[in-house]
Amino acid sequence: MSIDIKLAFTRADFTLDLDISLSSTSVTAVFGRSGSGKTTLLRCIAGLERGHGEVTVNGEAWQSTTEFLPVHQRALGYVFQQGNLFPHLSVGANLLYGFKRIPEQQRTIPLDEAITLLGLDGLLNRMPHQLSGGQQQRVAIARALLSSPRLLLLDEPLSNLDDESKNEILTYIEQLNRNLSLPIIYVSHSASEVTRLADDIVLLEEGRVVASGVINALLTNPELPLAYRDDASAVLSGTVTAIDSQFDLSTVDVGGSGKKIFIARSNIKIGYTIRIQIYARDVSLALVRPEQSSIQNILPGSIVSINDTDEAAQVLIKLNIGGQHSEQDSELRPKQHPEQHCLARITRRAATTLNLQPGTDVFLQIKTIAVIENYH
Amino acid sequence: MPANWLSPADLSALWLSVKLATVTVIALLSIAIPLAWWLARTRWRLRPALESVIAMPLILPPTVLGFYLLLFLGPTGWGGQFMIAIGEQPLAFSFAGLVIGSMIYSLPFAVQPLQATFQAIDKNVIEAAATLRAKSLDRFFSIILPLSRRGLLTAAVLTFAHTLGEFGVLLMIGGNMPGRTQVASIAIYSHVEAMDYPAAHALSITMLVLSFVLLLLVFMFNRRFKIVALTG
Repeated sequence: MSIDIKLAFTRADFTLDLDISLSSTSVTAVFGRSGSGKTTLLRCIAGLERGHGEVTVNGEAWQSTTEFLPVHQRALGYVFQQGNLFPHLSVGANLLYGFKRIPEQQRTIPLDEAITLLGLDGLLNRMPHQLSGGQQQRVAIARALLSSPRLLLLDEPLSNLDDESKNEILTYIEQLNRNLSLPIIYVSHSASEVTRLADDIVLLEEGRVVASGVINALLTNPELPLAYRDDASAVLSGTVTAIDSQFDLSTVDVGGSGKKIFIARSNIKIGYTIRIQIYARDVSLALVRPEQSSIQNILPGSIVSINDTDEAAQVLIKLNIGGQHSEQDSELRPKQHPEQHCLARITRRAATTLNLQPGTDVFLQIKTIAVIENYH
Repeated sequence: MPANWLSPADLSALWLSVKLATVTVIALLSIAIPLAWWLARTRWRLRPALESVIAMPLILPPTVLGFYLLLFLGPTGWGGQFMIAIGEQPLAFSFAGLVIGSMIYSLPFAVQPLQATFQAIDKNVIEAAATLRAKSLDRFFSIILPLSRRGLLTAAVLTFAHTLGEFGVLLMIGGNMPGRTQVASIAIYSHVEAMDYPAAHALSITMLVLSFVLLLLVFMFNRRFKIVALTG
């Protein structure tokens, strides 16, 4: 099953023109600058704007060449930049608005569950103007969920919130996709939100898709601008294989590499899948394994490509973790994870001195690894 | 205070005024709500022209309006001819004629505050309702009308009060037939013409108190009520 979108939309000096197919189980982030057409794309999917083309969600045609389902007939949840709560209704009545318009046997989430999931217990009798921005967005998300959507569309739901509320709501959104197995399309111009939430990315520029695919494939693609950002990073997933209580470190098998890394994280258990982020600026390279170093995460790998950056002194290196030629055959490589790539940003002088080339086997010294999410 | 404070004829004139105002409010709102909603949303090129027509009663002398209505509704006018064609009496000099005249005369007092309220409603909130499965009529009754409470109240109060005070239009199309088309404002005028000042006074003070009580109730129920939305 998938979400297939083929749209052409023109207004004044702006054109949206794309043809993409999204996974119906993932969180897909639509990422791009303001004005790139992210919101327009979302509005076209919802039917709030009418472009030419086709929108098919899990086999159901929301828009085809002959048909255009009106918004209220599409099984979607839409969370706007501002909550857009109904100002004349209490929180409870806002939640019930969509809920009571869905026939009982078609409801996918009970009222209580949505209230608990988004922590709205104490707020039900309040009026929208009595809520903080973060609370309003939580109500808006719960309200959207209660209309039993088969696709959740989030249009920069955090852009007007302070950091603390952002963090809180991100946690709620992470739970949604996992607990309700609901596909989510998340529009954002914030790289940190995207790296935290997204399984897949659609990169939009001036109304066109520049690239789309699994998050790490895009983040580490030297053809794309994402890899050249100051906060360029790789987002990998791994399984917790051991917990060392003596040093308060956990061991994680990074994807299919068979390679172990240490993370400082206490609230996890063996078997958890976690999502880690490795910034390009935190990775340095060595030709032989450094034996006496304070850096504990040293992984074998090989160079995939070397590219110049905007800064003449630095180059961007794409690496394949655990992909050393000498070891490749001896390792049993589990198949459940795709190849694990990451980036390193080093000086051009170092690259020249070490005679680094595509294919060179190296050791990655990773100074910091951020755990950005726990999957339980 | 004289024993015959209000004569039976005065009472019936007063009753006719209140009845006319009530019927006019109901009939006019049922037309003005959809009209104002359409005006608030349309991008029609000729909208200013239509808005001007609706605002005409604000500046037109009531007698001019009444005179043309009389011609239109009378036996020789199109309206009158139509009524005769369907086997009815022409509407001039009837209660129905008074209602039509009052509706036209108060049209801007209902449409303009409603249009201003509708225009002020956040379009995003209506879109949110659509994404929550509400059909357009459902959205109108569950979101738009409740959010327009104050505009509705303003429109209703203005129409009611304006109809109570109406004179020129009604005199033209209704005449001055006690019990049938003689409303309070016309009855007062008749008393003054007949130099019956005590009777004119009695009816006038009743109208004054009635209007005050009406406004008082509105202000008590809605503390932020203001009659300001006239220029849209």
